[in-house]
Amino acid sequence: MMVTVLLYLFGILAILSALGMIFHKNPVYSALFLIVTFISLASIYALLGAQFLSIIQVMVYAGAIMVLFMFVIMLLNLRSEIRLPIGRPAQVFFGILFGILLLLESFLVLKSGTLSGAIGNFPQSRIDSIGSVQAIGNLLFTKYLFPFELASILLLVGMIGAIVLGRKKLPKES
Amino acid sequence: MVPISNLLILAAILFAIGVIGVLIRRNAIVIFMSIELMLNSVNLTLVVLAKQLQSLDGQIFMLFVMTVAAAEVAVGLALIISAYRLRATVHVDEINLLRG
Repeated sequence: MMVTVLLYLFGILAILSALGMIFHKNPVYSALFLIVTFISLASIYALLGAQFLSIIQVMVYAGAIMVLFMFVIMLLNLRSEIRLPIGRPAQVFFGILFGILLLLESFLVLKSGTLSGAIGNFPQSRIDSIGSVQAIGNLLFTKYLFPFELASILLLVGMIGAIVLGRKKLPKES
Repeated sequence: MVPISNLLILAAILFAIGVIGVLIRRNAIVIFMSIELMLNSVNLTLVVLAKQLQSLDGQIFMLFVMTVAAAEVAVGLALIISAYRLRATVHVDEINLLRG
């Protein structure tokens, strides 16, 4: 009962703050609204029994990524741009129209499709008994070892790319 | 416990909000944040389906999505900063070098 109420509460909070994120003029407030969305999603993960992912969500998304966003917003001086409306009227109208169409489409898919698939061997009781972190870690280092290593290469490439793109061009010494 | 379809509907609504954000905003940083929102709604779908199917694969794929998102944010924000250095704006209407 309590879990149900909390799930609906955090779901509504996530939707409201996501709407605030896209409709607020000031990008700083948009970033703050997005943090609220991420934290309510983290709470939903915790209520669904994925404790490890909940912690990771708070640390990586609400912590690291949003700090990066805030840093860039503060670095670029956007004072003059927040006086403009968020988009042209026709752009806003058609954007919302297409968004609602997409939403209806996914509702139709959800309504017509049935969830089928092989039932795995990790029921919630087993995850709880061996611990969320250990269960994920075991799979990550055995079955998914290759994608895990690829992810490390991806992060390295991302880091190098950010450094190369972001550095200032120094004048050539001659 | 909430029925699984309600959580999937929540993920669909968040995805649609992200799409609307990409379509209506002119500030490149906010467009980028909307893309993050879409990635997060997909993560929610993965976790919910992993719970429903009693499998951990969905949770592990969410970790990989998160890795991709982190790398993408680093590169994308560097791109936005270098675009700002060139044009002194992050408005996507004014960054129109590719317009024919």
